[in-house]
Amino acid sequence: MDSTAPSTMPRGAPIPNTRDHDNKGRDTTVLEIRNLSTEFVTKRGAFRAVDDVSLELHAGKTLCVVGESGSGKSVMSRSILQIVDPPGRVAAGQVLLHRHRTARDAGIEDTVDLLQLSPTSKAIRNLRGRDIAMIFQEPMSSLSPVHRIGDQVGEAIRLHERVSKKEMRERTLELLRKVEIPNPGKAIDQFPFEFSGGMRQRAMIAMALACNPTVLIADEPTTALDVTIQAEILDLIRSIQDESDMAVLFITHDMGVVAEIADEIAVMRYGKVVETGDVYDIFEAPQHPYTQRLLNSVKELDQPSERRLAMRQARPVGAPCLVSDGVTKVFGAGKNWRGREARGLLAVDRADLELRKGENLGIVGESGSGKTTLGRCLQRVYDVTAGHVLYTAEDGRELDLAPMTENQLAGPWRDIRTVFQDPFSSLNPRMTIGQIIAEPLVVAGKLTAPEIRDRVFELLELVGLPDTAYMRYPHAFSGGQRQRVSIARAIAPNPRIIIADEATSALDVSLRTQILDLLLDLQERLDLSFILISHDIAVIRYFCDRIAVMYRGRIVEAGDTEEVCRNPAHDYTRSLLSAVPVADPRMRGQKQRVRYTETT
Amino acid sequence: MTSKIYSDPDVTMVEPGKLGAAAHPDPRTATANDDPRALGQAPEDFASQWKLIWISFRKHKLAMTGLIIVVLFYLIGAFAEFLAPFDPNASSAPDIYHPPQMIHFIDRAPDGGWSINPHVNFLTAERDPFTLATTFTEDPDRKIYLDFFGKGDPYRLWGLIPMERRLLTTENPDEMFFLFGADRLGRDMLSRTIYGTRISMSIGLIGVSLSLVLGLILGGISGYFGGRTDMFIQRVVELVISLPTIPIWLGLSAALPQDWSPLTRYFAITVILSLVAWTELARVVRGKFLTLRTEDFVTAARLDGCSRGRVIFRHMMPSMVSHIIASVTLAIPVMIIAETSLSFLGLGLTPPIISWGVLLKEAQNIRSIAQAPWLFVPGAAVCLAVLALNFLGDGLRDAADPYVQDND
Repeated sequence: MDSTAPSTMPRGAPIPNTRDHDNKGRDTTVLEIRNLSTEFVTKRGAFRAVDDVSLELHAGKTLCVVGESGSGKSVMSRSILQIVDPPGRVAAGQVLLHRHRTARDAGIEDTVDLLQLSPTSKAIRNLRGRDIAMIFQEPMSSLSPVHRIGDQVGEAIRLHERVSKKEMRERTLELLRKVEIPNPGKAIDQFPFEFSGGMRQRAMIAMALACNPTVLIADEPTTALDVTIQAEILDLIRSIQDESDMAVLFITHDMGVVAEIADEIAVMRYGKVVETGDVYDIFEAPQHPYTQRLLNSVKELDQPSERRLAMRQARPVGAPCLVSDGVTKVFGAGKNWRGREARGLLAVDRADLELRKGENLGIVGESGSGKTTLGRCLQRVYDVTAGHVLYTAEDGRELDLAPMTENQLAGPWRDIRTVFQDPFSSLNPRMTIGQIIAEPLVVAGKLTAPEIRDRVFELLELVGLPDTAYMRYPHAFSGGQRQRVSIARAIAPNPRIIIADEATSALDVSLRTQILDLLLDLQERLDLSFILISHDIAVIRYFCDRIAVMYRGRIVEAGDTEEVCRNPAHDYTRSLLSAVPVADPRMRGQKQRVRYTETT
Repeated sequence: MTSKIYSDPDVTMVEPGKLGAAAHPDPRTATANDDPRALGQAPEDFASQWKLIWISFRKHKLAMTGLIIVVLFYLIGAFAEFLAPFDPNASSAPDIYHPPQMIHFIDRAPDGGWSINPHVNFLTAERDPFTLATTFTEDPDRKIYLDFFGKGDPYRLWGLIPMERRLLTTENPDEMFFLFGADRLGRDMLSRTIYGTRISMSIGLIGVSLSLVLGLILGGISGYFGGRTDMFIQRVVELVISLPTIPIWLGLSAALPQDWSPLTRYFAITVILSLVAWTELARVVRGKFLTLRTEDFVTAARLDGCSRGRVIFRHMMPSMVSHIIASVTLAIPVMIIAETSLSFLGLGLTPPIISWGVLLKEAQNIRSIAQAPWLFVPGAAVCLAVLALNFLGDGLRDAADPYVQDND
C-alpha cells in the first residue's frame, strides 16, 4: 500500500453507504465497526480475541463496552487504530470512519476504512490523534517521564497542524485549562512526576483532545484511579463531550461507571458482543442471560449479605480478640548511615481499632491511606513504631504482639492468617498447590505426612477445588481459583482471624461475590473473624459488620457499616461515598458530589 | 520484572503470545466465572518449572544450536585421549610445519577400480638448498591409510584406565597424518587442539564454580540482610569492578612462583580469574534476592512460620536457580577468553600444559602467519566455543522465568 498518499483521500475500494438511517434528519454515525475479528496466532493455532463484532458510534454519544477480563474489549478498541500488539492481527472486518458527518469536515462525502490502511502508513498516523484519539488505563506509564507536560501535549498539535511555537504554547495552555488542571501556566512547564495520578490522566485527556478528535477511545481510563478522582475524570469527559459533539468509545468493566456515563452499551463476552442497546433499556431489562448475571452480581454487592445477617442472628459477636491500640508506623525513620536524622513517612498514625470475635471488620480508604500498612502492622509483618497490638489467644491470655520477635510470633501467626491481594504473586510458581497449602502444616511439624495430605484434600474440598488440583502448579489456575488456593492456605492451621487485604480486587465482579460468599461460608463452619481491607465500598458493605474509614494514615471514622454508609459523620467519608458510582443510570446527576479538602 | 498491577483484566487477553500459551491456555476456559472446579487439561498445565523452561528454551533455535555445540566441546574435552590421534607432545622432526592434509574416503586404484578406504596423501618434504625453506609436495603414489577405532599409542583415559584404541589412527603405526597441520616441533595440531579443549573449557567451568560460590554467598548476604551489610558488600563489589582487569591478572599471575607444578599453576590461574569475575554473579544474586524478598509468596512463607533458612532455600532458591544457571553460562565464555588472553601473553598457563591460549602463543610471530596459518586453528575453536556459550546463555536467560509475561 502506498503510504505517502495524503490522508484525506479515501483509501481502498469505494465503500457504498448501505445503512443510511436518519437520526434527527441527519445520520450521526461517525465510526462504524463491521464484522471485526482479531486473532492471536499462537502455536496452538489462531485464537479469536475479537469475533465478528459490529458497533456504531454516534457523534456526541458515549458507547460503553462492558465485559469481564478476557472478553476482548481492549483488543477490540486497539484494533480500530491497528495498534494491537503482536502476535495479534486484525483478521477480517471493516472500520469505517465517516469524516463527512463530523462538524469539521461537513459536506463532502469522505469515508475511510481504517483497516485498509497499512498500520505503519502515514495515512493512518494522520488519523491517529487527529480524528481518533485514545486514552489508556495507566496514567503513570502513558506519559514520557523526561519531557515536560506542555511539550507532550503540544507535540500532539504540532504533529497534525502547522503552528508556531508560540501558538502551540497558547493552545496547550488552553487545553490544560479545559481539562481543569489548576494553574496551567505553571503546570505546562512541569514534568509528569510532579503530577498525581489524576492530574496525569487529565494531561492525557488534554493530549487526546489536542486536535479536536471526532472519536475518543478511552480504555479503562479510570480503573487505576481512586473513586473520588474517578468521579472527577468522568465529569470532565462528559462536559468536554457536551461542548464538542465528540463520540466516545468507553471501555470499562465497572457497571457503576457505565451507569454514570453511557448513552449506549455493548456487552462483550468471549470476544463476541452479546447485547447492545440503550443504557436505560439494558439496566431496566437485560435480555441476554450473561448481562442479567453481570447486573445481578453488581446489584447483589451493594447491599449487606443476607447470609451474614442471618449468621449474626444465630451467633452473636463476641468479645474483642484483636485490638490495635494507638498503632503508629513510620517508614524510613531513624538515623541514616551518616548518622543524620531521617524524618520518614508516617503511614499509620495512632490507629485505634478492635476486631471482635466472629465479626467482619472492614477497613476502607483510597490508595496511600495506610490501610494495607495497618493490616500488616496488626499481623506484625511490619514492625510497629509505637502502640500495642493486643491479641487475645484461644486460652484467654492477652498478648501484645508489638514487641515480639519473629520466633515468638510463630504461635500468633498460626492464629492470624492472611489472604493476599494479588493471586499471581502470592503463590510460589515453583511449588504445587499441595505443597503450598501444606507448608504451614509441614512447618508446624505436628502432623505426619499422610495426615497432612488428608488435611490438604479436606481443605481443597472446603474451598471448592477438585482433588486433582493437588499435583498442579499455580500457573494452571485462573485468578479466582488461585484466590481459593490462597484461602485454603490461610485456613490450613485452623486460624481464628483472617486478614484479607483487597482479596477480591483483582477479580471480576461476578467472581467477587463468589469469593466473599466462600469466606462467609468458612466463617460459619470454622468460627472465624475477618478483617477485610478494601478500597471498594460495595464489597465492604456486602461483607462487613463494622467499618473503619482511613484517610492519610488516620482512622477518621469507624462504626456499624450501614450506619456509616447512610449517615457518614466525617466529611471525608461523605465525599468518598458520594464519589462511588451507582449502578443505576436513573440516579445519574441526582447525587451531589462532595469534594473533601483537608482543613488543618 | 513484570508489573505488579493486575487491575487491567485484559492483560491476559492482549498478550497471550508473550504470556505463553502455557500460562493461559485458552482464556475462554481460564477466566470462566463458571465452575471453580474446571481446570485446564493442556499438557502445560501439569508441567513443572523445568519443563516449562525446556518448552520455551526449545523454541530458541540459536540457543539449541549453541547447546549442541557446547555439549560437543565438553565431550571432546572429556574424551580428549581417545579422540586425539597422537600424543600431543610427540614431536616429529621431519614434519615441522607440515601443512594440513585432506582426508579422502574413496581410494582409486591405479587400474581404475575403487574402494572405500579412508586415507590421506603423503606429503614429501623438500628443502631448498639455498634458502633452506621447506616445501611439501603431494605424492599421489604414497597413501597413508587410516583406521577407525584402531590401536595407537597406549594411553590412560583420565589418567586411570589403560587403553590403546583411538578414534582415528594410521594402519601403519610408524606413519603420521596431520589433519590440522603440525607446529614448529612437528606436533599434531589436531591432537593439541583437542587436548587444549579439555583445559580451556574446564578452566571456564571450574573458575565460574569458584566465583559462583563467592557470588552466591556475598550476593545472598547482601540481598537478604540489606542495610549496612548490603552497603559494605556493594562498595567492595564496585571497588573490584573498578580495578582494571588485565593489569590485575598480569600482576597476580606474574607473582606466581615459577617453580610451581603445571597443575598447581592451573588451579592458581583459575582462582585468579574467579577472584575478579565473582562480582557480576554477586550482583545478579543480590538483585534476585531483592526482588523476591518483596514477593507476596515470600511474605506468605514467613507467615507460615518458616525459618529464615527454609524461606531462603525452599521458597526463594528455586526461583533463582534458573537465573543463576543462565548467568553462569554467560560467565563461562568470559573466563575462557580471559584464560586465552593470559596464556597468549605468556603469563597464564605455560607448556607443557596445553590450552588454546598456550597454542595461540605459538602463532604470535609473523612467520607463522606467513608460513603456517593453520596454527590459528585453536583461535577458531575459541571463537566457536565462546559464541556457542553466549547463544546458549542468551536462550537460557530468556527461558529462565517461564511465568513472566515479558522478559526484561
